[in-house]
Amino acid sequence: MSQKILLNAAQLDIILHRLACQLIENHGDFHNTALIGVQPRGVFVLKRLERLLKEQYQIENLQTGLLDITFYRDDFRRGEEPLKANSTEINFILENKNVVIVDDVLYTGRSIRAALTALQSFGRPKTIELLTLIDRRFSRHLPIQPDYNGRQVDAIGNQKVKVMWKESAGEDAVYLLKNEDQ
Amino acid sequence: MSQLSVDHLLGIKYLTTEDIQLIHKTADQFKEVINRPIKKVPSLRDITIANLFFENSTRTKLSFELAEKRLSADVINFSAAQSSVKKGETLIDTVNNILAMKVDIVVMRHPNPGAGVFLSKHVKARIVNAGDGAHEHPTQALLDSYSIREKLGSLEGKKVVIVGDILHSRVALSNIYCLKKLGAEVMVCGPATLIPRHIADLGVKVELNLKKALQWCDVANMLRVQNERMDISYFPSVREYVQQYGVTREILDGLDKEIVIMHPGPINRGVEITSEVADSDQAIILNQVENGVAIRMAVLYLIASKIQHHDQ
Repeated sequence: MSQKILLNAAQLDIILHRLACQLIENHGDFHNTALIGVQPRGVFVLKRLERLLKEQYQIENLQTGLLDITFYRDDFRRGEEPLKANSTEINFILENKNVVIVDDVLYTGRSIRAALTALQSFGRPKTIELLTLIDRRFSRHLPIQPDYNGRQVDAIGNQKVKVMWKESAGEDAVYLLKNEDQ
Repeated sequence: MSQLSVDHLLGIKYLTTEDIQLIHKTADQFKEVINRPIKKVPSLRDITIANLFFENSTRTKLSFELAEKRLSADVINFSAAQSSVKKGETLIDTVNNILAMKVDIVVMRHPNPGAGVFLSKHVKARIVNAGDGAHEHPTQALLDSYSIREKLGSLEGKKVVIVGDILHSRVALSNIYCLKKLGAEVMVCGPATLIPRHIADLGVKVELNLKKALQWCDVANMLRVQNERMDISYFPSVREYVQQYGVTREILDGLDKEIVIMHPGPINRGVEITSEVADSDQAIILNQVENGVAIRMAVLYLIASKIQHHDQ
């Protein structure tokens, strides 16, 4: 397995700042907006954006939630490993809100399809947008595209995009991993 | 661990401590789901479940049916009273006829102990035991232990007394297995005639005096007197049973601590517990009912996750 760095910590920081600014452009003071992180890895992106918006851009009363999509996935009982549920923490109704789904890597689009279905359990949002840190351009299975996008990556089938966070992996970086056996 | 060590839920006896913890953890997520404005998830939309109730049941049957519907499974119901069982059909023939309709999971209540184990050896579907005679009632024990965990934080080192008709109770046996596996201390209390002779071999304490038992415990699980299972008289009169083993407000006030009161239902108000106790803040009877749906969703989800899509 060989790996190539796509983004280092400084580049990741710049991208997160840009995404935060783009959100502010469209959502102002966020009075009717909720950011929802997709469990498990979208939560890291959400937490970083939340910190930036609150501390650097003085956004108060930002509503955020965590969404687990396990029970909505379309690959239940199709893989080798059973699906394990994470927690959902959305303590408000999404009815008529502008919702931004936050995830780390957009690949086939199936996770986001599941997230869209799951969100319906919390009311009917006014709009739903998608923010992803990395958009893998190829191999989309469904017609889903991000509204906010950190970096577009042209990765092919046997490659994997791995996002590392200081909180869990000790460093901020994005790697492109390639399995050379394939 | 993310999957059960067993293919069927036949009894708590066959589960590991990790299995029970996995079911509880999965139920945490389903409890969150059933408190949403829309309580349904699509996980089991390609699974068909047959509820086979060869014995009367109201709350267990409703709870399973609701759990199945909230998981989006297709559900068929069968009750022995209006079936060909009355015409002499055997259990295996009945079940095989139902399975020919492409059923994946069978939830079964049966008056004979071991019916679930027997069936699991003869049919291809996954079996969930919803009570087999006086043997086991695993989902009740799972929801009881889950409710105690929710109320007290953990089961480790907690003292639980099961009061009443231990002899005819499948709830008692499953509870004993489950609570012991989770690290609780268990005592049984009731008239000597309603306590099985070798029950202490399971590692439980036996106490015939209700007040002593309540003083000892953190949680009292009050069982119903199962008149329908009694072929002889086990105590002189209901009045005498109430005097000896009925829990009243006065008895609880006389303890030097506040204990948690549980009841698997249906309650004989004024027999096992008075209305005042059943409706008090100390009772978690309705929490048990709510948790029952989440636990059954977790069990069905975890059992279904072991059916590979291509197996169907």
